Amino acid sequence: MALSLKMPEFLIKRQADTCSKCLLCVKQCANKVHYYDEKKDSVLSVDTNCVGCHRCAAVCPTRSIYILRYPLEFRRNAYWTEEAITSIYKQAESGGILLAGMGSDRDYPIYWDKMLINASQVTNPSIDPLREPMELKTFLGRRPKTVVVEEKEIKGEIPPKLELEVPIMFAAMSFGAISLNAVKSLAKAAEKEGTYFNTGEGGLHRDLYRYGNNTIVQVASGRFGVHPEYLNAGAAVEIKIGQGAKPGIGGHLPGEKVGEEVSKTRMIPLGSDAISPAPHHDIYSIEDLRQLIFSLKEAMDYKKPVGVKIAAVHNIAAIASGIARAGADFIVIDGFRGGTGAAPKRTRDNVGIPIELALAAVDSRLRDESIRNEVSLVVSGGIRNSADVVKAIALGADAVYIGTAALIALGCHMCQKCYTGKCNWGIATQDPQLTKRLDPEMGAERAANLIRAWKHEIKDMLGGMGINAVESLRGNRLMLRGIGLTDRELKILGIKAAGE
Amino acid sequence: MVIENLRIPSGCSISGIMNKKGRVFSGNDIIQSIALMHERSNGLGGGFAAYGIYPEYRNYYAFHLFYSDKNAKEETEHFLHQHFDVVLGEKIPTRKVKSIKNPPLIWRYFLKPDSKRILMSDIHGENDYVFSCVMKINTCIKGAYVFSSGKNMGAFKGVGYPEDIGDFYRLDEYKGYIWTAHGRFPTNTPGWWGGAHPFTLLDWSVVHNGEISSYDTNRRFLEMYGYKCALQTDTEVIIYTFDYLVRKQGFPLEIAVRIAAPPFWSEIERMPEKGADLLRTLRYVYSSLLINGPFSIILGMSSGILALNDRIKLRPLTAATHADFLYVASEESAIRVICPNPDHVWAPKGGEPVMGFLENTP
Repeated sequence: MALSLKMPEFLIKRQADTCSKCLLCVKQCANKVHYYDEKKDSVLSVDTNCVGCHRCAAVCPTRSIYILRYPLEFRRNAYWTEEAITSIYKQAESGGILLAGMGSDRDYPIYWDKMLINASQVTNPSIDPLREPMELKTFLGRRPKTVVVEEKEIKGEIPPKLELEVPIMFAAMSFGAISLNAVKSLAKAAEKEGTYFNTGEGGLHRDLYRYGNNTIVQVASGRFGVHPEYLNAGAAVEIKIGQGAKPGIGGHLPGEKVGEEVSKTRMIPLGSDAISPAPHHDIYSIEDLRQLIFSLKEAMDYKKPVGVKIAAVHNIAAIASGIARAGADFIVIDGFRGGTGAAPKRTRDNVGIPIELALAAVDSRLRDESIRNEVSLVVSGGIRNSADVVKAIALGADAVYIGTAALIALGCHMCQKCYTGKCNWGIATQDPQLTKRLDPEMGAERAANLIRAWKHEIKDMLGGMGINAVESLRGNRLMLRGIGLTDRELKILGIKAAGE
Repeated sequence: MVIENLRIPSGCSISGIMNKKGRVFSGNDIIQSIALMHERSNGLGGGFAAYGIYPEYRNYYAFHLFYSDKNAKEETEHFLHQHFDVVLGEKIPTRKVKSIKNPPLIWRYFLKPDSKRILMSDIHGENDYVFSCVMKINTCIKGAYVFSSGKNMGAFKGVGYPEDIGDFYRLDEYKGYIWTAHGRFPTNTPGWWGGAHPFTLLDWSVVHNGEISSYDTNRRFLEMYGYKCALQTDTEVIIYTFDYLVRKQGFPLEIAVRIAAPPFWSEIERMPEKGADLLRTLRYVYSSLLINGPFSIILGMSSGILALNDRIKLRPLTAATHADFLYVASEESAIRVICPNPDHVWAPKGGEPVMGFLENTP
């Protein structure tokens, strides 16, 4: 075999004097990093296999494992970086597309971190959420242009809507891409916290039908697992046109991940690849989308909202406006930091735009067209903490989806190797030996804790601004100031600079 | 530090009086009431709104205008003649008051909309036509500002303590059945004449004590429906909110109040289903019109007044009745100074409106 130019990314150091040779690391690593050498009577490592997921270090009872960056200095070159060079080695060896998991890790500007939140002083009393009511209840749906009230009753129908106790939902992640235990964890957490999880495009497993009231079911280009019962099982339907991690391209779940349960849920043969085409084969234009929206509404007797998810791309404002006019009850915009189980690395890292700018552009455009109140706006793609949520709502979002953050709550360590199916944390895998490591009860507790923690923080920040209902923050861009932004960026975000 | 000079900011003062029978009375009472709360303002703004003051021109829109210079006046008058039948245009009579400095040119016009122009435009009705003309003058003509545009009513305001402003405009010589007043302690807009309260639009006037935390949410919603917030102040969104809900959406005032200061969700859930469903839907559909942050306001209109606090009553408001009179003010003392023995005095709860309507339309 020819010499491989691939070098390890991590270096495993083992404290020989404290290692008890329990071999837990050997058993726990699906990437086969650790092995026991009988002759030497010691535990050794194959560094090349390490993905940096920390599973071994976390389970090691004597804390004897250190994981370091592999000390391999390349000659300094501002242009031909280590990433540029090693990518070529990989492709020269494989002849294939570079794959990556999770969202882009490139050093693009993070606009969340260039916006600061306001607080009241003197002229406007800040409100203490421990003493006064602080409301986070949020609705998603198509608001009518007007309401007719006769004899203290509403005349006419109000279109269906979703009710959220907190403006945070769990983003679309399919059973197949992630394990059933991971989906169960999110479903239970959504139920506990009065919010929703999204099935992704993988259908709804039988065990999850009981969480229907907290489920958004997705209809994607592969139409996996889509049937009338599925549509009606959830509280809302979301048509997935694209996702932030890989705008413009489809998806591919390798046959190895399609075991019996995935096969049944997706309604595809056991072991067959699940290919989601890039476009929906019945949507080649906005008028086609309108037909699908109304077909789905018909199928559900107009009792449930239908949303459309799109990736944040250059012309996002006009596209979103078209979708609103096509009849969507809510629009989901997924930014270029959005995660994925698998994406071509070049697409992930180079296609799409930041969600902050996309959100601001869409919200402004819908207002310019006087239709913002008629459609709800959900954003996703790299929401990391409660401050990001507050900033998103102030820019104009009704609610956010969290995917990556939710998985991190379940134990994900961001090794970005979801596409290998060897997730040592039992999240992005279908291997029963691995999936059993994630206890859905514990996972639900952790995901619910995250939502609760953010809820407290959001209430504190709202109270600080002198606001006691989250709807008064929506689109309230005066509550934000930019720092280190150009005039052009400030203009797109629709905010003033700090000090103004 | 000299303690005597220490100033404690205490926000603004508001006061309102109405006679439910529509009987008119001079501006002396309201000046006395607002003057008592002198400490609540800082001399950077005061003003009044009065209803029933122009009975001889009751069928004409009364525009009050500030001009920064003659050019603005010429340009505006040209616009007015193009769009209206101008029945009368005159300087608003004022008297010299030592503390009132550098007033702008202050004029008023009694106008009848040009019906042909309304027919030719895509606008429905006189009010919308006048509304769009006001928006146009205030945003497009430099140095001109319409600060009053209703019928048989008018606003009088400027930079100074309210009692001096009242004296300046000779309000003792006018007679109205509703008077509202404001003393300003500005913190968030420069003290300019147009920035004083009341703010008005068509028949509406508002005096406001407080700061609106939801300003940009409210503003960006209202701007979708033709409102232009040009005044660098949060108060104007209150008037636009009520105008949108009552005039454009056709809700009675009771419902508009429930949208601007809705009950908490926890309260709604405890209500009987029929009422709860109405409130739930209103809060959902008009969530962007919730007025958040501390406020007490008195909204004036030709048919009556509405006084309202924010949902958790972060600003003072007291109400009283005596015979045919309804009084509302920031402080009880401001009522008792003009009505020493009211029949009934109470402090309305947060979000609970005080409404007084004329028994007969004048």
